[in-house]
Amino acid sequence: MNQNPGPALDVQGVTHRYGSRTALKDVRFEVSEGEIFALLGPNGGGKTTLFRIITTLMRPTAGDAQVFGHSVRDAPHAVRRKIGVVFQQPGLDPKLTVFENMIHHGRLHGMLGAPLRNAADALLAQFGISDRKKDYVETLSGGLQRRVELAKALLPRPEILFLDEPSTGLDPGARIDFRNELKRLRSETNTTVVLTTHFIGEADHADRVGVIHEGDLVAIGAPDALKKEVGGEVLSIEAGDPESLRVKLEAMFSCEVRSVDGSLRAEMRDAHAAIPRIAEAFPGEVRSITLGKPTLEDVFIGKTGKRFIDADADLPAADARKS
Amino acid sequence: MTPYLLCAGTIWQREIVRFVRQRSRIIGAFGQPVLFWLLLGSGFGKNFRYAGGGGEGYLEYFYPGIIAMVVLFTAIFSTFAVVDDRKARFLQGVLAAPVPRSAIVLGQVLGGTTLALLQGVLLLAATPLAGVPLNLEAALASVLVMGLIGFALTALGLLLAWRIESTQGFHSIMNLLLIPLWLLSGAVFPVAGAHPLIGLVMQVNPLTYGVAALRRTLYLSAPDAVANLPGLWMSLIIMLVFSGVCFSFAVRTAERSEG
Repeated sequence: MNQNPGPALDVQGVTHRYGSRTALKDVRFEVSEGEIFALLGPNGGGKTTLFRIITTLMRPTAGDAQVFGHSVRDAPHAVRRKIGVVFQQPGLDPKLTVFENMIHHGRLHGMLGAPLRNAADALLAQFGISDRKKDYVETLSGGLQRRVELAKALLPRPEILFLDEPSTGLDPGARIDFRNELKRLRSETNTTVVLTTHFIGEADHADRVGVIHEGDLVAIGAPDALKKEVGGEVLSIEAGDPESLRVKLEAMFSCEVRSVDGSLRAEMRDAHAAIPRIAEAFPGEVRSITLGKPTLEDVFIGKTGKRFIDADADLPAADARKS
Repeated sequence: MTPYLLCAGTIWQREIVRFVRQRSRIIGAFGQPVLFWLLLGSGFGKNFRYAGGGGEGYLEYFYPGIIAMVVLFTAIFSTFAVVDDRKARFLQGVLAAPVPRSAIVLGQVLGGTTLALLQGVLLLAATPLAGVPLNLEAALASVLVMGLIGFALTALGLLLAWRIESTQGFHSIMNLLLIPLWLLSGAVFPVAGAHPLIGLVMQVNPLTYGVAALRRTLYLSAPDAVANLPGLWMSLIIMLVFSGVCFSFAVRTAERSEG
């Protein structure tokens, strides 16, 4: 689809500081053309800073990122021709209709006249919002606005699409729809997709995931490969006195047992077999034992020693916007 | 059409459409100056005689000042939109598009100028009420000067708006800077009778020359009435330079902005 050799996105040692606080520390990774890549991390971990840098809105303190070979530092204008961006907070004008928003966006990208109107109509139809095209954006639900946002970003046919927390503010059904749209987009046009998310479930659907914590890229790889690194099965144990139980369990199984926010976690090959042994050996101390396959959360805990707060509860922030 | 003009044009169009769809903005920007003019002008009327002119009443003296105020208010209100756009994150999408920042600023300035001009023209219709001897030539020249004042003040407003995070912050800047700029421009009282210090401030205030140019064009057919004001050409040149400076600083501010 394009003649550029090399990766679609090449983040080369990006460091960013806000005053004395370091938001990003020498972050490096590549995203190949046609890939769906998720940057996973808790809020405040540096994702949005990185997002603003790779979309040319902010210059990094040090390092550079290249989009199809164009530097965000030296050639932001060339980068802007390649990218489509969906910000976390919707960038639509609520006082304009859906169609007017599309037209204005197209013109900013040098499109005009009948080709622009046709392209806008085609995208609105593709996203099932043709019947709302004459409605003011402020009358649309959060999910519909997000769809308009995506349609708008795709209008100039970007080679790479950046999405900042695309699932925030969407109900589960709308999240699945949105995810399917991205997959269809990739299969039909080979568009590269880079998204940030603090939903573990969403990162699971990406081809590869980069895990960001406190400004560091702590893990990167395909979700399944990352989970395999963790081990076979994961036990999580709630106990009355976690610390004393932790020591006893480590002695008993000679494996590492972590204490994470008051509960114990252990990764072992035959964890299911360990459950009756633990229950019998420490009857009064164990409140509950849960067995599971490793998730990306276990990857996160394994790399950072901290529990990932999957903040499903804080969703409405993006919808609270006033015009 | 070049991408540059297309971008400026689409931003201009959006400013106008947004204005037309917010009725409160229309009422506020046009109603308030008319109210001020009638209340202040008729209240001061009996106590105030403009020393330099042909002995016109305050209503007549204040009339060009009110036009300047309409232009100022409209220009300011249209730059409020930039603060709002940034808060609503609309501006991020514009900044991530492949367009020069100067095209964005040009569209915004022209939007504000157009709105200011529209209302200035509406107020021109009240000329007979004010007793200003306006003919067609004077009216056209006045429209051009209003456009120039509108451009300068919108650019000045944008230069501030691109730096300011909240509309509250912009309100205080407006009260501290923009309103005094208007008060000390000869719009409300002439330089001649003012305290020497105030007179000095008025002489370095670029808007003084905007208002002077406006008075001169309004009285194009009766130049004796405005004989002691700065000359028309000098006033126009000062306003042009002021516009250019404000515009280039607004562009520079926009270029450094991170949305």
